[in-house]
Amino acid sequence: MESRSSAGAPTPAEERVLDAAVGHSHDTVDSRVARRGPDRRHLLLPALHTLQDGVGWISPEALAELCTRLEVPRAEAFGVATFYALLRTEEGPRTVAHVCDDIACRIHPDYRAPAGHTGHQDGVPVGVHPSPCLGQCDRAPAVFVQRAGPDGARWTATGSLAGALEGEGATEPAPRVVSAGPAWLTGRIGVADPASLEEYRAHGGYRALRIALEMGPEAVLREIADSGLRGRGGAAFPTGVKWRAVAASARRERYIVCNADESEPGTFKDRALLEGDPFALVESMTIAGVTVGASKGYVYIRGEYPTAEDRIAAAIDRARHGGLLGADVAGSGLRFDIEVRRGAGAYICGEETALFNSLEGYRGEPRSKPPFPTEVGLFGRPTVVNNVETLHNVPVILTAGAAAFRAVGTAESPGTKLFSVAGDVNRAGVYEVPFGTRLDELLALAGAPDSPGAVLLGGAAGVFVSPGAGDVPLTFEDVGAADLTLGSGAVTVFGGGTDIGDIVERITAFFRDESCGQCVPCRVGTVRQNETIVRLRAGSALQGDDDLLDDLAAVMSDASICGLGHTAASAVGSALRLGLLNGVAGGGSG
Amino acid sequence: MSAPVPVGIPRRKVTVRIDGAERTAPEGSTILDVCRDAGVEVPTICWAPTITPVNACRVCVVELEGSRTLVPACSRRVAEGMEVRTGSDRVRRSRRMVLELLASSVDLSRAEVNILRWLEEYGTDPERHGADRRRVAEPVRRHDELYVRDYDRCVLCYKCVDACGTEAQYTFAIAVAGRGFDARISTEHDVELPESACVYCGNCIGVCPTGALIFTREFDLRESGRFDPEAQSMTTTVCPYCGVGCNLELHTQDNEIFRVTSPDDHEVTSGHLCIKGRFGFEYAGGRRRGGRAGTDAATGRDPSPPA
Repeated sequence: MESRSSAGAPTPAEERVLDAAVGHSHDTVDSRVARRGPDRRHLLLPALHTLQDGVGWISPEALAELCTRLEVPRAEAFGVATFYALLRTEEGPRTVAHVCDDIACRIHPDYRAPAGHTGHQDGVPVGVHPSPCLGQCDRAPAVFVQRAGPDGARWTATGSLAGALEGEGATEPAPRVVSAGPAWLTGRIGVADPASLEEYRAHGGYRALRIALEMGPEAVLREIADSGLRGRGGAAFPTGVKWRAVAASARRERYIVCNADESEPGTFKDRALLEGDPFALVESMTIAGVTVGASKGYVYIRGEYPTAEDRIAAAIDRARHGGLLGADVAGSGLRFDIEVRRGAGAYICGEETALFNSLEGYRGEPRSKPPFPTEVGLFGRPTVVNNVETLHNVPVILTAGAAAFRAVGTAESPGTKLFSVAGDVNRAGVYEVPFGTRLDELLALAGAPDSPGAVLLGGAAGVFVSPGAGDVPLTFEDVGAADLTLGSGAVTVFGGGTDIGDIVERITAFFRDESCGQCVPCRVGTVRQNETIVRLRAGSALQGDDDLLDDLAAVMSDASICGLGHTAASAVGSALRLGLLNGVAGGGSG
Repeated sequence: MSAPVPVGIPRRKVTVRIDGAERTAPEGSTILDVCRDAGVEVPTICWAPTITPVNACRVCVVELEGSRTLVPACSRRVAEGMEVRTGSDRVRRSRRMVLELLASSVDLSRAEVNILRWLEEYGTDPERHGADRRRVAEPVRRHDELYVRDYDRCVLCYKCVDACGTEAQYTFAIAVAGRGFDARISTEHDVELPESACVYCGNCIGVCPTGALIFTREFDLRESGRFDPEAQSMTTTVCPYCGVGCNLELHTQDNEIFRVTSPDDHEVTSGHLCIKGRFGFEYAGGRRRGGRAGTDAATGRDPSPPA
């Protein structure tokens, strides 16, 4: 796998960055032996990040040197680097602004459509790229800025591009968090200092871990199963079943993975938890680890969430110093530790097996299931992979008890649910409500117009809700029966006067841009779906375009490898059925 | 030679139903294995007998009772009691769309004959996607006398990447780069092959189903319109270069070799060769007899086998 090309030597700056990321070449590569110790490929994405942050791009010379040090083929590393929107393999401006042009931002009055171009700020060139949803819908319109170099920084800001570029270091406002019913998941947000372990403890933190260690793994597994907790990432799989499968595995090496790659357009509830109550995630993952017998956990956080990443990393550090992570978790004699991994701009990496591949240093392409992660997961080992919100329910269940947990919500959907409500509402934010709350009640809480033009439930992978569906109780079973989905819990409201056709077209472009390209139905189908919608909106439809959309929906939902393709036609189909595609949506004044 | 003697632990048999008919197969077989044994045709593009299935093309999908979506026959292993349907309207619709989507985005005119037949049989209509539809649109890369990369025909079946990597050659010169519709087979930073890790074994050509990777001689014959299957023959021989004993299939037209392959089921090669067996045939034509004996056009080196 040695390339012949003399790619040239990396620059001193690149050398320094690589030394810090993966160690010096001579320390790690001994070419006299064939087998050279543990596989370090999983360091590829972190190392590409450090090159991007430190130098501004991944040059052929730096890539070649990195590949030598990690013993990864250059072509494969290039394939990985070109997979992600936040990494660049061509030299360009050191500062790049990713301007959100997704569903919630594009309807904001201050939104200006970003054209991919190079602009200038104070005479310094700035790359301007349109971006999929940045998870800042409550403070739209949003911009994410990467500035590379020794003084590198990443930050998210709101408002104009120029303002965002100057916004480095500004304190980000926490998302508005509202609860109607028990504030089980959001109670500490805005109350306890997210940087303080002491305050976390003072507000009930780490009681659940103590209970878990006293109860023992078997009792914890029973409690989680009895609680009826179901996954909040979209698939609603029973958490207890997942945990038990891994706990019962014959293989000793196991992993806990927290999927914090929240990227569904319109969704920002996990960001609220990560930023506002980071210790709760650390505690939850620790409980998962000691329960299923894993000694290592990873939090995979999307690259556009720098604040969340910083706070989780700080919380892990603090917990480790407090003896709550490491070789002897809280004096139990059990080992568990957590590492933070950063995504690099790819919606598909929220798919659990794509996330594993990304974390292992491969392209974020989903794997075929079966086998499922509980059997063959991260590094091929049994793995519990849970969404952030799912994990935050674990301490609640252990401290309150499964029975108390079940007393809220419905029999099939116990507990509370977080909804990210944004768009044309007066009070955009994260809403914690008991399962079974009606959609119109939730919309009223957020100050939505009485008769909005359209409501999108579940983000781009979700569905537009018919005007008569406001009384649907928000539970897994009721939305399923109504041919809707809760998905990630995104509720995006479009006021009367919004061009819904534009939103639908944007959703088709989102899937086209975010398809990994592995399977034909999704790689080509998402392109054709977008082209067809563009034709329909432009009044230049071809004969048979309606049938074509049907056929595309069938092949994508039936024959794609993963959930991205399966849901890529969902919102489009619902918009067509509701007649939302052409013309301005009806409804009130918004 | 006597038939090979099976060794290892005997495999348990499982019973499944394929289109209503009961079939028995060893545990670990795929749905595709069972279908083929039963004489049920399931189309495949990214599958190859010598490569672990990646199930990326999705043309082999079948209906599996109890599964929400269709499943890929090439990689789904059979389990006791499975009920599989291979010819339902739902199955045929997805297969037709997979074939049509490929035909709408790349040039399949040099694809394997089966692919061309399926395009007809499934009633694909690529033109309904409009004249302005996005296509892969890659230039022909013809840089030497050994092989041409014509990625305008590439369906991203991953077979060349796998043959270059862990499934055969362990060279890792190429990988998929980019994402979505922009995904392409590429070397690092798209450097030319001689700058890459490529060792010119040509195993990528051997597995390419669409003519995207092709011997330069065959490419030139086809481009000039002189490619004529009627005038072609194939001669099986043994590679003269070393003692391994790889079987070669020399494909000739007008007494000129334009392609060299090895049988997939050959126990030494599994269809794979090295640069000498694949490309070291210049001496056979003796075209350079007037010049320095047997000098390879591409490398300038003497490719003659040892005397």
